[in-house]
Formats: sequence, C-alpha cells, structure tokens
Amino acid sequence: MKVMPRPALIVILLAALIVLSVISLSAGKIWVPWSAWTSAGHDTRWVIIFELRLPRTILAIATGVALGMSGAALQGYTRNPLADPGVLGISTMASLGAVLTLYLSYFGAMGGATWLLPVGAMAGAIIGVVTLIMLAGAASSMLTFILAGVVLNMVSGAGVALALSLAPSPWAVNEIINWLMGSLADRSMEEVRFALPFIAAGCAFLVVASRALDALTLGETGARSLGIRLETTRFLLAVGVGLATGASVAVTGVIGFVGLVTPHLMRPLVGARPGALLIPSALAGAVVVLVADIAVRLTPSVTEVKLGVAMAALGGPFFLMLLISERRRLA
Amino acid sequence: MTTLAAAALHVRLGTKNVLQGVSATFAPGEVTAIIGPNGAGKSTLLACLAGLRRPDTGTVKLGDQMLSGLAPRTRAQHIGFLPQIPEVAWAVDVRTLVGLGRTPFIGARGLSAADATAVDEALSLTATTDLAHRNVATLSGGERTRVLLARALAGAPQWLLADEPLAGLDPGHQLDAAVLLRRLARQNGCGIIITLHDLHMALRAADRILVLAGGRILADGAPAQALSPAVLAAAYGIRAHIGSGVGGPVIEILERGPP
Repeated sequence: MKVMPRPALIVILLAALIVLSVISLSAGKIWVPWSAWTSAGHDTRWVIIFELRLPRTILAIATGVALGMSGAALQGYTRNPLADPGVLGISTMASLGAVLTLYLSYFGAMGGATWLLPVGAMAGAIIGVVTLIMLAGAASSMLTFILAGVVLNMVSGAGVALALSLAPSPWAVNEIINWLMGSLADRSMEEVRFALPFIAAGCAFLVVASRALDALTLGETGARSLGIRLETTRFLLAVGVGLATGASVAVTGVIGFVGLVTPHLMRPLVGARPGALLIPSALAGAVVVLVADIAVRLTPSVTEVKLGVAMAALGGPFFLMLLISERRRLA
Repeated sequence: MTTLAAAALHVRLGTKNVLQGVSATFAPGEVTAIIGPNGAGKSTLLACLAGLRRPDTGTVKLGDQMLSGLAPRTRAQHIGFLPQIPEVAWAVDVRTLVGLGRTPFIGARGLSAADATAVDEALSLTATTDLAHRNVATLSGGERTRVLLARALAGAPQWLLADEPLAGLDPGHQLDAAVLLRRLARQNGCGIIITLHDLHMALRAADRILVLAGGRILADGAPAQALSPAVLAAAYGIRAHIGSGVGGPVIEILERGPP
C-alpha cells in the first residue's frame, strides 16, 4: 500500500467520523430524519437524538480514540504488532478494578459513590501496565511481553470470576456480566462527562511519548543512545494507557480488538513510524467503534447484540489472520 | 577539543568481572579500534564510554564533565552509538530510519530543514542516497549495515562509538567504511572508537589499537606496536607472524598456542 501524506489521511478520517456521527445520530430502531433535528424539544425524536444517541455517539468516538491510540502506543513500545490493551490483559485488569468497586458499593462500604467505578477501572489498568512492564523485565522481547500479558489476563480473569462466584445476589451477577460484555446502549451525558477528561488526558500522555516510541524502532539500546529516557517513556505509557483504557472500560465495559486492529489498518498508510501512527490510529479506532455500534443497532434482533461481543466476533478472525502472518517472525 | 576519558572502570555482571580497572583516554581526530577475544569486555567498555552503562566503580568523562552528570539528550548530541546487533523493529523507509538519528536535536515541531540537510549528508557519506526511499525490510545485510551507520552519522556526533560496524560487509564495503571513518576523524575531527574482530582491518583502519582481554587492557598504542606476537598469544592464545606486506604490516595466523 502507498504511504499517504499524514494530513490527508487525518482529514479523510475526520470526514468519515463526521459522516458516521450523523448516521449514528439518525440510525436505530427509529430513523430520525433531518427535519426533526431542528425542532428543539417539540418532537419526541429530538429527545432520542440528544438524550440517547448523542451520548452514545460521543462515547463511541471517545472509546475508539482511547483504544486505538492505546493499541498503537503499546505496539510501538513493545515493538510487537500483536500488542493491545485486550491481548495484554490491561482491559481485564480495568474490569477487575471496576468489579471490585461494584462489590464495595454493593455492600455500601463506600456509600455507593458513582465516581468509584471509573477510578477503580483506571487504577486497575495502570497497575496492569506497570505489572506488564515489570514482568517483561529489562530484556523485553516480543515473547516475554505476550507471555506477561497472558499471565495478567489469567490472573485478572480469575479475580473477576471469583468476584462473580462470590456475588451476593443474582442481580449483582447479572449487572456485572452485562457490563463486562461491553456496550454503548443507554449511556447518558453523565458518563460522557466522566470519561472524556480522563481519555483526553491519557491520550495527551501518549502523544507526548511519540518521539520516544519512534526512537524505540531502534530497540531500547538504540533509543537510549539517542538520549531517550526510557523511565519517562514507561511512566507516560503506564499513565496514558491506564487512564485512556481504564476510563473507556469504566463506561463501556470491555470492547476488545479495536486497539489491535486499527494500528494494523493504519500502519501501511503512515509508513510504519510508531509516533506517526498514534493519531491516525486513534481516529480509525473511533471509526471502527462507531461503525460497529451502528451495525449493532441496526441488526434486527429481539435484544440488541452487545458491542463487545460484536467486536470480538469481528476481531477474532482478524487476530487469527494476523497470527498466521506473524507466525514466521515469532518462530 | 574535548577528550573522552575512562578511569579505573569496574563492571561486574552476575559473578563475572567484565571490566577490571580499565583506564584509557581517547583523543578526537583518531580512530581507535578495541580488539580482543570473545567475552573480553569490548562491548561493555564501549557501552560505558557511550554513557549507556554505568560502571560499578570508575568514571567516564567527556572533556571535564562527568558523562553520568550530563542530561541524556545532551550526551546523545555529542556521542553517537551504533549497537552490535542493531534492531529495526518496524518496516520504515531508509530516510525515516536515518532521520531517527536526529532525535537528540528534534524540537516540538519535528524535523527542521537543518535536520533534513544532516540526513542527506549522512546518506551521501555512506553512499546510501539511492536507497533513501527503499523500505528497510527489503535491504540486503550490507545495505542495512551502511544505512545504520548513516543513522549514527545523522546526528553529526563529535564522538562515534560503534560496536562491530564492519561485520557483515564485503571487503569492498569494509574498505569504504574504514576510509569513511578515517575521513571523519581527519576532516571533521571526530573521535571514533570501534570494536573489531578482524585483525587486518584493525591494523589498516585504526590509528590506535587497544587490546582487551579478561576485562583488562593488554596493550594500547599504535597498531604495529600494540599488535605484537606476544600480545596476540596472550589475548587469543594464537601463534602469529607479523610481516610486512605491500600496504603495511600483515598478520599471518599460524596455529593455536603461545609463541
């Protein structure tokens, strides 16, 4: 594929996002025509757009940006095209953090504070990235990172399962499972207000790391010889991925594969430089999540298919393809 | 001009004493070759000199400043380093790769015109201008080595420290690289320190040879003096004859064992 000038690529992605946002606001069980948009409150359909679909659309974009950029940053840092918050267990760690806070609030320990869940998710995600970097150690080869991710996934998955099996009531189980599957349905502006600042902050941390990610193309020794402080890079990565992934998991549950797929789609277009990949990846992540969410809404089924499930269904085969093409490099 | 000086370097890796009191001062405008058997501590010494590894005891000074006291970015502006097995993780194009050498100079706005000029210069010095738009993944081993040398030169460093920069090059390109290193030392006043395995190349390419064995300096001086049969026997356990060839001294390796 031909390398595209980056501004052109970004403009194309932004244009796609705008078109998709309009479709996202209009599409669903009830199709809202343009005429209803300006009727300001008189039309019930106006309520559908601004109370239901606007937060959903904003969250789809924000989650896509967070996961797309986190995936690109993790792949850049690990120099591993198979890295992503889901594969490396960071999303599961965020879920574990969130589930533990659901638990606490169920027992009324924290007075059921709503801010607790996102904080728990972000804390889980940050601990996840830090553990990953520590487990992979100084000789952070492709393999050790993936293995560290497997360990993290297993441990945090077990934690979530334990929380489920010890759940005090079937409703709590139901609530947790529903949330774990990942969805954008029935979100309100409150969730938007909560997630957006953290996702923005997380992405800012990652963008600051872009020069270091570029230099890491030459390996850790190469990057250090170019004056990069890897401790700083690791800090930016842990906080950036932690905030962005944690905040998006907190409001939408686990939506996998976005962080894996989008850097791959963008890499040939930007010429593979990891730092140049961050923003196109973020925008493409938003496009992918938005398209998936629109598709989920338009699928004729009795209950809506969960977005996380739909992404897994699409992402699984993609991951398989990737694995087959990477097999030679890993062997 | 500033010197690069190591004083009493000790490095211990696990239970092995890799460097045991190495002291040497390097002058700009000279090509120094560090030679020695496998595991002699050559790469560790080079990493210490580049400020990438902190010795357990001992100091490295650039001019009158401690290397460990310099900010990494400042250090990287002065000292270029080429690792022994350079990793290139992503299939970027050659120009982008060489541009990474400008990392210590890049401001918030990305590569400037001056950076682009420096990249062009590095490409032309290493005769890789024609490869500029090729993808790194498609290069041959020798092309890759030259491109990575260009990457190290793109920062126009005052000091170039390269671990086995000639390995994997054919004799023609080895000669080109040796001539280039010499020219950088003579014309630009660069201080160049390389590790080598090829004794002939060391004799021809270097102004000074430092023989390292078991973490200690065995010999240090002009090539013909440093590489005596006695030193070769002590360092490598080989018996060698040093005679004179058409272009200078030649080494004939005879057999294992002391002279």
